[in-house]
Amino acid sequence: MYKNMFIIVLLAGLGILLGSFLLTHHANKALPELPAYYADKTASEVGAANVVTAVIVTYRGFDTLGEVTILFVAASLIAMFLKTSKAPKDRHPRPSSVILSTAQKLLFPLIVLFGVYVFTNGHLTPGGGFQGGAVIATGFLLLLMANPQAEFKHGLLNFIESISGTSYVIIGILGAILGLGFLDNRFMSLGELGTLFSAGAIPVIYSLIGLKVGAELSNILHHLNEVQNEA
Amino acid sequence: MVVIILTIVLGLVMISMAVTALTAQRVRAAVLASGIVSLIASIIYLLLAAPDVAMTEAAIGSGLTTIIFFYVLNKIRRSDV
Repeated sequence: MYKNMFIIVLLAGLGILLGSFLLTHHANKALPELPAYYADKTASEVGAANVVTAVIVTYRGFDTLGEVTILFVAASLIAMFLKTSKAPKDRHPRPSSVILSTAQKLLFPLIVLFGVYVFTNGHLTPGGGFQGGAVIATGFLLLLMANPQAEFKHGLLNFIESISGTSYVIIGILGAILGLGFLDNRFMSLGELGTLFSAGAIPVIYSLIGLKVGAELSNILHHLNEVQNEA
Repeated sequence: MVVIILTIVLGLVMISMAVTALTAQRVRAAVLASGIVSLIASIIYLLLAAPDVAMTEAAIGSGLTTIIFFYVLNKIRRSDV
């Protein structure tokens, strides 16, 4: 009874708070100073057609490095806690349906290709490294659902992950040495706005982030799948 | 105008799915309902002109998170019995 009263009071308070925001809100036609700077200067300064990507990879590049680190720590912890025994497993998962396994054979390459497209075109179209990596991981998820006993090459995934993480930091340091600051993208030629090879180091950085995120999430899914049938 | 109406309808469906996720008797139904909440949230992001966020929400929120819930649920059931 008291619990329900508390919830109702809390919801009413939240409603009054948000309602007063809504009533006093009036749309600002002109952009505030910082968004206006990003909207006006991105094309000439960074050379990326997608302003969101320019903000994520260059203006706020250090935050992105932190996000990648957080994901790396999460993946490492999952790998540590879900350590599986090396002994051969006698797993007999229910075989997946014909529809799923046939569709997986057709869709898996397409999904991975779409993920690669999303992260290589991150500076031109919506999306980028994190989105592309997540799309690739859903492709691997489909693979795991169709064949629960599929084995990934952990060594290869870990290699891709560590190589792309290290290269990301090296490119950041190169930006500091050759360009204007850490993770500056202008030490490579900016190219023509709107083409694939433009925006300096942004496509390279985003491709590395995409590979890293894809490898990490696939590794997490594979670890979760592996411990399913253990006692 | 159409976008506003669509957003409101989707928002109502989203709230009802969130309530379903809280009140559902079967955990499986609750997990699916929370996945649908993320899916509708990604459509609303797209309507509000944030395609970057919409992609992340669709891939991680409704795709990977739902499946990870199912994996964990399966594991818990096994160790309970």
